[in-house]
Amino acid sequence: MNPVAFIYLAAVLFAIGSAAVLLRRNAIIAFMGVELMLNAANLAFVGFSRIHGTVEGQVMAFFVMVVAAAEVVVGLAIIVAIFRARQSISLDDPSELKG
Amino acid sequence: MIQPFLFWVVAAITVLPSLALLFARKAVHVAMAVVLVMIGLAVSYIMLAAPFLGVVQIVVYTGAVMMLFVFVLMLIGVSGKESLRESIVGQKWLGLLVAIGTGAFLTGVISRVTLSVQEPTEGNPMEIAGALFGRMVVVMETLGFVLIVAAVGALVLTHVPRLTRKHTQKEIAEDRIRVGANPVNKPMPGVYARHNALDVPALDPHGKPIEGSTSRVLKQRHQLDDEARYTAGLEIEEGDDK
Repeated sequence: MNPVAFIYLAAVLFAIGSAAVLLRRNAIIAFMGVELMLNAANLAFVGFSRIHGTVEGQVMAFFVMVVAAAEVVVGLAIIVAIFRARQSISLDDPSELKG
Repeated sequence: MIQPFLFWVVAAITVLPSLALLFARKAVHVAMAVVLVMIGLAVSYIMLAAPFLGVVQIVVYTGAVMMLFVFVLMLIGVSGKESLRESIVGQKWLGLLVAIGTGAFLTGVISRVTLSVQEPTEGNPMEIAGALFGRMVVVMETLGFVLIVAAVGALVLTHVPRLTRKHTQKEIAEDRIRVGANPVNKPMPGVYARHNALDVPALDPHGKPIEGSTSRVLKQRHQLDDEARYTAGLEIEEGDDK
């Protein structure tokens, strides 16, 4: 079977993740949507690495994983800090930031 | 070699649970579904001749990242109801349109490209190690800095400075007496009641349940045991005394 099928799978997962980011109001669920988008990009990297028969794509996916781990730590810390200040993790509530 | 059957299994256990991101109500259910997605992705990495990344995916995502999500859910409360009020008019349909458009655009672009599949690489972890610590060693060092900055950032963001001095136990007791509050502890749950379980309030000498003898949390969750049962039992005993 052609590895290109995995690239299609990555596209579908990316679309679902972006839909979650755009539609959900719960900050943690939206954040998991971001994670799903990053993982879809990783799957595309690994798929292209397999198609081209080189390891560069896998190395890049590894870097993406490391940066995503750091991003999760900081993002969840921000969510916890906002929850402490406002007792809410809804993404709509901080809309008073607009002028 | 990619088995078509295995591919369809992987596609099912990645796409179907990821739909929970859109339809599940509770964040915990979403987290568990995303764990399943990560496992499916790990399987697909191994199918794509990348066993190292498959193992890293399991360790980093299902082991660390998703458990971190679950821990934060535990910290900030699972209950959080999601508001269905739209702050932007038509956001739901616009968002769906953008997401479906993105998916259609990506699949359309992929379908127009012809890629000749090469032979997979051999000795995968060794090759990746050679690339990581050979040509890209500077990137590795930079990633080390990124991780340190992330750890310090998380500490700074979640650290709450103490604005006032910490009160000692003696000062708390003195304050309680000064304002005239009950100086002694409240009774434990179940004292003089028919059960000493945590969800049964203590009874006073008249057989009435004492407010505040049980945990506030149980009361908010409506998990307290039926108080009337225990008071009624006591009233019958009072009748016998007469």
